[in-house]
Amino acid sequence: MTDAVTTDTRADTRKAGRILYVASIVLLCAWVIIPIYFLLINTLSSPETINSFPRSFFPEFDLGSLTFFAGFAGMLSALKNSILVAGMTMVMSILIGAPAGYALSRFEFRGKGLFRMLILLTRAFPLPLLALPLAVMFIRTGLDDTAFGLALVHTTLAVPFAVLITFSLFSGIPIELEEAAWTLGCNRITAFTMVVLPLILPGITASAIFAFVISWNEVFAAAVLTIENRTLTAFLLQNLDTSPLHLKFAGGFILVVPALIFIFAVRKYLFAMWGIANR
Amino acid sequence: MNARVLPYVLILPVTLFLCVFFLYPFVLVAQQAFSIGDGFSLANFEQVVSYWKFPISLQNTLLLAAAVVPVQLALSLLMATMVTRMKKGRDLVLYIWTIPLGISDLAAGIIWLAIFESSGFLNSMLHGLGVIDRPESLLTYQNPWIVFLAIALAEIWRATAIMLVILVAGIGLIPKEYYEAAEVFGASPWQRFLRITLPMLRPSLQTALVLRVILAFEIFAVVAALGGTLFPVLMGETYAYQFDLLNSGAAAAMALIILAISIGFTLIILRVLRVPKGASI
Repeated sequence: MTDAVTTDTRADTRKAGRILYVASIVLLCAWVIIPIYFLLINTLSSPETINSFPRSFFPEFDLGSLTFFAGFAGMLSALKNSILVAGMTMVMSILIGAPAGYALSRFEFRGKGLFRMLILLTRAFPLPLLALPLAVMFIRTGLDDTAFGLALVHTTLAVPFAVLITFSLFSGIPIELEEAAWTLGCNRITAFTMVVLPLILPGITASAIFAFVISWNEVFAAAVLTIENRTLTAFLLQNLDTSPLHLKFAGGFILVVPALIFIFAVRKYLFAMWGIANR
Repeated sequence: MNARVLPYVLILPVTLFLCVFFLYPFVLVAQQAFSIGDGFSLANFEQVVSYWKFPISLQNTLLLAAAVVPVQLALSLLMATMVTRMKKGRDLVLYIWTIPLGISDLAAGIIWLAIFESSGFLNSMLHGLGVIDRPESLLTYQNPWIVFLAIALAEIWRATAIMLVILVAGIGLIPKEYYEAAEVFGASPWQRFLRITLPMLRPSLQTALVLRVILAFEIFAVVAALGGTLFPVLMGETYAYQFDLLNSGAAAAMALIILAISIGFTLIILRVLRVPKGASI
């Protein structure tokens, strides 16, 4: 009798714990999603609705705010600049970073510890502040207010990640595969392009996307280094005081969309790369 | 090319790049901060520190970090332990929880503006519940605590994901045998968390906290979107020196102050959470 009661209460507490567990997971998911949903409602509402009160909690699917955004002077060119800078950052950080990642995973060499130190050091500093002295340097070299100049700074932000991610990716491919290719008549370069590269390509794409997102989202350096050729973040920041609400919301939404897609694309690699980066 | 030279050739591009765009700018920024005209001088620092907004912006930045980082640490630890126990739907939940990772601070500020602005969703909800009749301005200088709360919530919402990712990766590295052994000896889930997860997670906690604290001192765009000039912070003042006041010497001095605070806190975290030699996994 007493036995039955204790197992009963134990089953009850377990069931209650289970419900609490699921409920908190659902709650935390809602905590992340609902604010984004609110932004979506605002983006798909007409400018009049956004300033009216009280607000509806469902979108009315009006493209007024988005058309206003697209027609706002300088907005589309800012969007184009953002894509251009992020694209350049993506290419540069992989081209520069991937070879170093390969070297770290395949060779023991003097100064390896020092080199890793340099890479990790970059993460312990507020990097966007570097834009301040670089602004002066860029004026001297004619790189000021260009997409390329900003892409160089964003590459500084992204390249340590590129090195660490490619390092973990290359470490996941056994060197025996390469050695087998050498015995079959490949040299270092052909063994790399024919054996390692196809295996590594999805991972490289993921880290390239990560570099894109870093650049796409960066605000401070972009605002400091561009004046005429503003990126989208810099443009929105500059106009925060003066622009109407619906412009802010539409702009914010355009900023969020690629991030959503990209995080989805790289989700498999997020955890692998941080696991290694911890060490 | 032989195997002795090859690694150096491969790391050369990154090393050169970081020397030009990472190390050299630091020399420049220091030079700029410590000089007026030609000679060495502390005038920039004196000017920056004695400005009336400096104590407020320093206080705001530190207060915000002190409010936000502990909450994020607790929240990310909770989320990480919850997700490791999960069998079904783990990938979906992890994707949803890491969405904010890709969202910029500016966009996060705008998202929370949609909630806190006077005709926004918070007021609409309060209206629906019958608490208020007409929209009230929340983000004004009369309500400094609401401004603070909005910024803190936006920061917690946005930047917990980065800690979560690091901690989930870290928990994944802890050998399962430890938990099995603990279970055999009758350790409760809470004991297992305290005695195994937390100590074994120290390297990850270190990384997560260092990264997060540095980013907390860099807070800028969230504040610009939500508080504007109502809530001065260090990074915003640096931006103002560079742009509104066109005083790059003062901006450089501010940059060095932020840098010094960041390094100071990094060293403290590394010291407090140091991993004993030979005790890593």
